[in-house]
Amino acid sequence: MSAVADGSQEPMFQAWDVHKSFGHVEVLKGIDMSVARGEVVCLLGPSGSGKSTFLRCINHLEKFDRGEMWVGGDRVGYRPHGDKLKELNEREVAVRRSGIGMVFQGFNLFAHRTALENVMEGPMVVRREKRSIVERRARALLDRVGLADRVDNYPSQLSGGQQQRVAIARALAMQPDLMLFDEPTSALDPELVGDVLAVMRQLADDGMTMIVVTHELGFAREVADRVYFMDGGVVVESGPPAEVLERPREARTQAFLSKVLA
Amino acid sequence: MTSAPVTETPARPAFARDARVVLSTRHPARWAMAAVVLLVVAGGITQVIGNERFQWDVVGDYLFAQPILQGVARTLMLTAAAMAIGVGLGVVIAVLRLSPNPILSSAAWTYSWFFRGTPLLVQLLFWYFLAALYPTIGFGGASWSANELISPLTAALLGLGLNEAAYMSEIVRSGILSVPPGQAEAASAVGMRRSQVMRRVVLPQAMRVIIPPTGNETIGMLKHTALVLVIGYTELMTTASNIYSRTYQTIPLLIVAALWYLAISAVLSVGQYFIERHFGRGFSHHRVSRRASRAARKGEAVA
Ligand SMILES: Nc1ncnc2c1ncn2[C@@H]1O[C@H](COP(=O)(O)OP(=O)(O)O)[C@@H](O)[C@H]1O
Ligand SMILES: [Mg+2]
Repeated sequence: MSAVADGSQEPMFQAWDVHKSFGHVEVLKGIDMSVARGEVVCLLGPSGSGKSTFLRCINHLEKFDRGEMWVGGDRVGYRPHGDKLKELNEREVAVRRSGIGMVFQGFNLFAHRTALENVMEGPMVVRREKRSIVERRARALLDRVGLADRVDNYPSQLSGGQQQRVAIARALAMQPDLMLFDEPTSALDPELVGDVLAVMRQLADDGMTMIVVTHELGFAREVADRVYFMDGGVVVESGPPAEVLERPREARTQAFLSKVLA
Repeated sequence: MTSAPVTETPARPAFARDARVVLSTRHPARWAMAAVVLLVVAGGITQVIGNERFQWDVVGDYLFAQPILQGVARTLMLTAAAMAIGVGLGVVIAVLRLSPNPILSSAAWTYSWFFRGTPLLVQLLFWYFLAALYPTIGFGGASWSANELISPLTAALLGLGLNEAAYMSEIVRSGILSVPPGQAEAASAVGMRRSQVMRRVVLPQAMRVIIPPTGNETIGMLKHTALVLVIGYTELMTTASNIYSRTYQTIPLLIVAALWYLAISAVLSVGQYFIERHFGRGFSHHRVSRRASRAARKGEAVA
C-alpha cells in the first residue's frame, strides 16, 4: 500500500499553534505539526516536555486551549454546524476516538478479559459488529503480532512484551486511520523491546500513519520518515531522522541526544 | 543471535550420602489445644441436647410447620428484594458520588450520611408512619392515600432497601476506585462512551472487590429483616414471636428461628464462594482459562 495511492494530498494529521495549560502551567506553547497519510513520525524529547499531553489532545483525552488540530479532514473537538463550528458531545467524541488507535506505555489491557476478548471488545461494543466476523479479525490480528498461541490467556499470564502486542492488536481491531504510540516500550524489559518494535515496524511497512513518542533512537532512525524534537512545550527541531539525529542544529537537541546515547 | 557458549558445570562436591533418618516436627501443644476444644464442644452439645427445658420436641414440631415455612419464604423474599434495591440504588449513588459535578457528588454524600447516620429501626418506623406526615402522596396528576400505599411490606422494603443502598454505595465506590484508571482510559480510547466503559470494563472488575463485603451485607440483611417485627410485617421472626406470645414456648421458637437463619446464611455463604470465583477471572496467576488449559493438556496449539 502506498501513502499517496489514494491521490489525497490532504495530510492525515495537522496541528497549528496548539496551546495547553494545566492550571497556571503552560505545557504546550504553540505546537505545529503535519503528518501525511502513511507517514511515520517520531516524537522525541526529555520527560515533561509535553509529548504525552500533545498525543492525548489528538485523541480528546485532554482538551487544548488554543490552536487547531485536524485528523483526516475533521477538526479535533468540533464539527461543522451550518457555517459555524459546534463543540462535540460525548457520543461524537467517542466516535472520533474510535477511528484513532492509541497504545499506552502501561499497556492498559482489560484484566478480566483474555487476549482475544481484549481485541474483540472495541468492535463488538462500539461498532456492534457481528461476533463471528470480529472473532475472525481478532484472531488474524493476534496472529499478525505473533500471539496466535496466546489468544485464551489473561493479561496476567502474559509478559509485558506480549501484553503490549495485544494492546496494539486491540487498537488495530478498530481499523483506525491513525495510530498513536506513547512510549510503547518504556515499561518493558530490554529483551522484550525488540518484539514490540518489530510489530510496529511491520505496521509502518504496511502503510499505517503513525505518531510515535519514543526514546528508541534506532527505531526512529530506521522507521520514521520525520522526527520532531520537543522540549519545554515547543518543537525545537524537526526533519528527516538523518538530519535531526545525526546533525542536530539546536544545542538542546544535541544535549538530549548525547544523554540518550550515553 | 549468537549461540550461548557451552559452560562447564562445576563438578559436584562428593559428600558422603547422608544416611540419617529425617524426623518431621511435632506440634504437641497444638494437639493438646485441639483436644481441649473438642472436649468443650462435646460437653456443650450434650448439655444443650440433654437439657429438657430446651423442649427439643417442640422445636421439632414447629421447625417445618406451615406458618414458619411461610415466614421463611417471606424473609427470603424481603432479603432478596431489599438487597436488590440496595445494590441497584447503591451503584447509582456510587457513580453520582464519583461524578465531577459537585452538586451530584454532594447529594450522594448526603444520602450516605443520612441513611447510615440514623438507626435502621427509626427509619423503618418513619416509613411506616409516613401517613401521619403526608396523608396523601401525589405524583404528577395522580395521588393516593398514604395509608393504602404504605403497607407494612412497602415500609419494610423502603426502610431496609434505602438504608442498604447507603452502605452498598460505599462498597461499590471502593470497588470502582480499585480498577486501575488506565483501563478506563484505554476503553475510552477505543471509542466506548462513559456508560459503556462503566458497564463493560470498570464494574465487572470492581465486582471482585464488591462481592465479598456484599456477601456480608446480604447475610446482615437476612438478620436485619427481623427488625420489621416493629411494623408488623409477618416474616420469620414475627411469625415465631406471634406463636410464642400465644403459647409461651419462647425458647423453642427462638431456636426454630435461629436454625432457619443459620441454614439460610450457610446457603448464602456457598453462593458467595461461587460468585467470587466467577468474578476473580483474570486475576489468579494459576488458573488459566478453561479453553487454554484444555488445549495445553492435549498439547495442541490453540489456532
Ligand atoms: N493531568 C495533569 N495535571 C497537571 N499537570 C500535568 C498533567 N499531565 C501532565 N502534566 C504536566 O505537564 C507536563 C508535561 O507532561 P507530559 O505531557 O506527560 O510530558 P512527557 O510525556 O513529555 O514526559 C509535565 O510537567 C507534567 O507534570
Ligand atoms: Mg509521557
